[in-house]
Amino acid sequence: MSSKEPVISLENIEVHFELGGFIDKLRSDVDTVKAVDGVSLEIGENDVVALVGESGCGKTTLGKTAVGLQRPTGGAIRYRGQDIWETKDSRRSVGDYEFEEIRRSLQIIHQDPGSSLNPHRTVMGQLVDPIKKWYPEMNPGQREENLFELLSRMGMKPPEDYANRYPHQLSGGEQQRVALGRALMLEPDLVLADEAVSALDVSLRVEMMDLMLELQDVVNTSYLFISHDLANARYLAGRADGYIGVMYLGNIVEIGPVDQIINDPQHPYTQILRWATPQLNPDLAKKAHEQEIPVREVDIPDPIDPPSGCHFHPRCPQARAICAKEEPELIDPVGEGTRAACYRADDNHEYWNSPSIDDVEEELTVNP
Amino acid sequence: MTTREQATNYQHLQTRAEDDVILEIRNASVRFDMDRGSARVLDDVNMDIYRDELLGIVGESGSGKSMFASAILDAVVEPGILQGQIIYHRKEGEPIDILQLEPDELRRLRWDEISMVFQGAMSSFNPTMTVRGHFEETIRAHGADMGERMSHVRHLLSELYLEPERVLDVYPHELSGGMKQRALIALSLVLDPEVLIMDEPTAALDLLMQRSILSLLYDLQQTYDLTIVFITHDLPLVAGIADRLSVMYSFQFVEVGESEEIIRNAAHPYTRALLKSVPSIDTPLDEMSHIEGESPDPVNIPAGCSYHPRCPIATSICVEQDPEFFEVDEDHWAACFHWEEAADAVEYSISSGELTAEDVTVEPDEEDDSG
Ligand SMILES: Nc1ncnc2c1ncn2[C@@H]1O[C@H](COP(=O)(O)OP(=O)(O)OP(=O)(O)O)[C@@H](O)[C@H]1O
Ligand code: SF4
Ligand code: SF4
Ligand SMILES: [Mg+2]
Repeated sequence: MSSKEPVISLENIEVHFELGGFIDKLRSDVDTVKAVDGVSLEIGENDVVALVGESGCGKTTLGKTAVGLQRPTGGAIRYRGQDIWETKDSRRSVGDYEFEEIRRSLQIIHQDPGSSLNPHRTVMGQLVDPIKKWYPEMNPGQREENLFELLSRMGMKPPEDYANRYPHQLSGGEQQRVALGRALMLEPDLVLADEAVSALDVSLRVEMMDLMLELQDVVNTSYLFISHDLANARYLAGRADGYIGVMYLGNIVEIGPVDQIINDPQHPYTQILRWATPQLNPDLAKKAHEQEIPVREVDIPDPIDPPSGCHFHPRCPQARAICAKEEPELIDPVGEGTRAACYRADDNHEYWNSPSIDDVEEELTVNP
Repeated sequence: MTTREQATNYQHLQTRAEDDVILEIRNASVRFDMDRGSARVLDDVNMDIYRDELLGIVGESGSGKSMFASAILDAVVEPGILQGQIIYHRKEGEPIDILQLEPDELRRLRWDEISMVFQGAMSSFNPTMTVRGHFEETIRAHGADMGERMSHVRHLLSELYLEPERVLDVYPHELSGGMKQRALIALSLVLDPEVLIMDEPTAALDLLMQRSILSLLYDLQQTYDLTIVFITHDLPLVAGIADRLSVMYSFQFVEVGESEEIIRNAAHPYTRALLKSVPSIDTPLDEMSHIEGESPDPVNIPAGCSYHPRCPIATSICVEQDPEFFEVDEDHWAACFHWEEAADAVEYSISSGELTAEDVTVEPDEEDDSG
């Protein structure tokens, strides 16, 4: 990856949404949600990056930004080194790639397979349009042959039968496979899979992820896989030697190789996600249920008014006074590629001498 | 349509003293007549639910889990046809056959004795009524003491990490999905039922919330002598809190036993394949794999053992006969002719756990406790 430009690089990306209507805006009386607040990320060739986090943490927004579907309010996004939005806005060519080409290289599959397919068209109908558009030289016979080949590859056999079905005649898993097939047919460089297996029955998730990996080898694509479930992220990214990034209120708070995130997480939030993920081993599972949940607050704070300093501090069991004041940067504590945004990752930080946050909070309430 | 041999699937029952059983489900079937044929979505099911246990019911989507739940409360939706017997053993008095109750008797039984949180039930709140209104209406309809019950409600809500005064006076749409779901769980417990049936109660919740609600159910069950039936497709979710697990496949139960025993020594080929196929945080990656083949169509359930088209050790008897329950171990039953061969045919392992608990469990800093 070092010699070549990454497929996608995000540099200090911000996506801030202004809430409220026209009148509010006139009065400049608007709330801002910082859905993504200064994230940098690189996705290389044939990479798998899984983003995990709770609802509203900004995973989807970051994902859409990475595939050029969401314009960031700050920072830059580059496709093979070429700024995507500059390419779009500029009338002259700004590099090797046209905007359309970039668009085609970045595909998406959604959470809800049903709604992303057109209910009135057969599987064949859904798949044939992109072929016509991007491979105009193919004749109808070749198109059909390719399509049947694809369906068989996806385990939808006999393909002649599946090709003529409508979405409602497919199971959820099959619908999702069609959506995947449609995205991969364009031979993209990056596919955003936003909760693409979450709506599927647990027993079908591995099958879908296996198919994603199998087809990755065929088309040479990268995946940005979004999930609220650490077990799914571990499976997909783990099988592909990829990375897991953990998001919390607009930031990536930890990112690293799958093994390290799962077995040796550095950030307290990752540790808690890890702890909260159900495990099959009965001894461990029982033990976990007997422990108190190790957060100071169970609910996620309102993203309109995120906590000061480290956004995690109101829930973090290890928070100290300093955590409410300044926001920690991502640093690499072990020097092995895992980066965590927590003062605890730095042995020499003044965090270690900072008083307990409870003392400070008491002071605040006594003496407002 | 296939005709199935009427199996006398009783061996797994009556292993407990009668006092220990709170619900007996006997020959329960649900049928939907459709254009393409008759769909059997619950197929002659027999099960005992023990008093004060937490029974986890797992299985892939469409396997009949929700139908089983609806059957217990005679709540199968139209035009489904429910047959069989559901015997409820009250604390005192004669057992009742729920399917024979008059509508008003059934209404009383629901909430008071057996209460249920349905899948996706968040929409069951009335949008024009405050949350408090929902609680009061339920209390009033059952003639319970308003003051005493409402103070119980406040207690329940705070146990569920909700601020009672904030939550009670708002309309349902003002709550987040997770908050609504928790309010609904509180509502289901307002009249201190004996049995709580929950169908995917945490599916809409974030991980940490899901986790804390599970721990809470675990506590509630211990504190209030509650029988809980917890239905989910997410096996690892319920494995840690269930006393027993019961696995459904193709509209029937195929295995039942103590939770730990099922996780460690599953005997039915389907359960074993399911354990391999569920993404979990601790199973070695290369041991996970999906189940080949298709789930059965309720209009056309395979004859004999309905798992035979997907089963790696099926023989001719499996195609001809529907297996009864075989005793694998004490209180552990599997509906499979060849369960003794399943362990070799479908291997799985669960992590030893060496690298998990202590390493990653977050303990609050010792030093912080001083303040
Ligand atoms: N178009 C928009 N206008 C205003 N706010 C938005 C918009 N899109 C997203 N948000 C807000 O930005 C924050 C991050 O949203 P995002 O959809 O990225 O979260 P997510 O992590 O994908 O959550 P989930 O797991 O629930 O899908 C949320 O607070 C959300 O309400
Ligand atoms: S910086 Fe402080 S509050 Fe934030 S995660 Fe680290 S210890 Fe917790
Ligand atoms: S061995 Fe036979 S009875 Fe047992 S699960 Fe397989 S097909 Fe069914
Ligand atoms: Mg999302």
